[in-house]
Amino acid sequence: MAWTPDQPIIRIADVHKSFGPIEVLKGVTFDVRKGEVICVIGPSGSGKSTLLRCVNALVPIERGSILVEGQEVNDPKLDKLALRRKVGMVFQQYNLFPHKTALQNVMMAPIHVLKQDRNEVEARAIALLRKVRLAEKAAAYPGELSGGQQQRVAIARSLAMNPDVMLFDEVTAALDPETVKEVLVAIRELAAEGMTCMIVTHEMGFARELAHHIYFTDRGVIVEHGPPTDFFACPRDPRTKEFLSQIL
Amino acid sequence: MKPIACHTDLPVLLPPGPALTVARGESGFGDPRRIFTPAVAIGLFAAFVISVLVNEAAAAPAAPGILAALWKWAPLIFQGFLFNLLVSVLSMAIGTVAGTALGLAQISLLPSVRGASWLTTQFFRNAPWLVLLFYCMLLLPFEIKIAGLTIPLPAWFKSVIGLSLPVMANVSEVVRGGVRSIPLAQWESAETLAFTRRQTLWMIILPQCLKRMMPPWMNLYAILTMATPLISIVGVQDSMTLTRAALSAEGRSELLVPMYLMLLGWFFLYCYPIARCTVALERRFTVKN
Repeated sequence: MAWTPDQPIIRIADVHKSFGPIEVLKGVTFDVRKGEVICVIGPSGSGKSTLLRCVNALVPIERGSILVEGQEVNDPKLDKLALRRKVGMVFQQYNLFPHKTALQNVMMAPIHVLKQDRNEVEARAIALLRKVRLAEKAAAYPGELSGGQQQRVAIARSLAMNPDVMLFDEVTAALDPETVKEVLVAIRELAAEGMTCMIVTHEMGFARELAHHIYFTDRGVIVEHGPPTDFFACPRDPRTKEFLSQIL
Repeated sequence: MKPIACHTDLPVLLPPGPALTVARGESGFGDPRRIFTPAVAIGLFAAFVISVLVNEAAAAPAAPGILAALWKWAPLIFQGFLFNLLVSVLSMAIGTVAGTALGLAQISLLPSVRGASWLTTQFFRNAPWLVLLFYCMLLLPFEIKIAGLTIPLPAWFKSVIGLSLPVMANVSEVVRGGVRSIPLAQWESAETLAFTRRQTLWMIILPQCLKRMMPPWMNLYAILTMATPLISIVGVQDSMTLTRAALSAEGRSELLVPMYLMLLGWFFLYCYPIARCTVALERRFTVKN
């Protein structure tokens, strides 16, 4: 059965994952539709990041199913490279390649993975850096950039692959407060353009503003979910209430 | 000919003076940077001058001077020294290529490849160099036949291979350590960009390790160069063999110390800059991180 854009772009069903004796995900189920922005929030260690890593097969799952554009991620015969061309990911620690300039970081994967024409890639990479307001830093090495700037290069690098879905794993958690905003602005613009985003974050204001749907996870399960207005205004579960009272 | 034991007035046979104590107490036998302090350099040179002077005075008036004898033999011994350098460069080249392959095999995803390369590395890393040399001399044939083509394997080339084995094992560890020093997050981010493992290794991981691997690699080269006179023991004619030949041709015991010191001096002049360079590179690297 072929996937069509009117179906959910990501279908997560009853996903279980353990690290040794610790069960991190205990049956997580939800869908993400194309163009939707969902935020996953919850206390540390509740399995948010693991869930994100499962979606692009960085972490294998033990039970359940994850379909990305109809393709089963939990399949031993999965073409991981094909999956990862569709799913971009940005990390908390940016993880830029320190021996390459900002521009080279953005250009590397399209040239060597997608085998695209260098000149065409370069033009696109410059446009992407301009989009994240870093055109003037194209020749800078990651070590010469601030955390916020590095993170924006990382976003541009991921976008250069023209992904259908973007995963953001606590992308502002390692940043200085004054640089958080510039990264959030970049993500906001991306969401406004209709990019499907799965965002794990601790920025509640950002989640409230941007997300179409919020999922609250605790101890490996989704405790509560809903549109941000309902979710923040009248949380039902005591765990959600406690978490929000501590954060807000 | 007077036995050497008579020359107890030789500075080198006396208890080490203050200049030499700098290097003592530090057990870094394998670390040329520790041995080659400037104080030792001065001490070495002083020992050379004094040994020449002392032996000059002790020499029979009729015999030609010590400096003259050194001058006479220097070109021949220097040729031998250049041969030592050739052996060191060839061994390093072969050892580096083989060691890089072995080091990469050590991080293979296949447990059997990983295990075998680990064992090979540990075996050659913990074997005495001289024993490996003997083994190569004895076990390698004097010629190999490949598809009707006979390639002679002269003794000196066997010794190159013998020396390249421990180099290979050490380079293997340098490569493995270098790759492991790169955070796993680099692998992960390359993975999410759909790079293959091979691409990640060659385009992202190894270029980052190169800088870190330089100092230990250069250090290894200096150690190897200083170990090349070992080949004289297994019968390859190098600077050591030629020095011995020159000494026996002269038949004068007072030449013994100055002539070996001359050879030592050349090794020193060659290896010391490498050691300094290694230190400088290491320092630059630590500051950067």
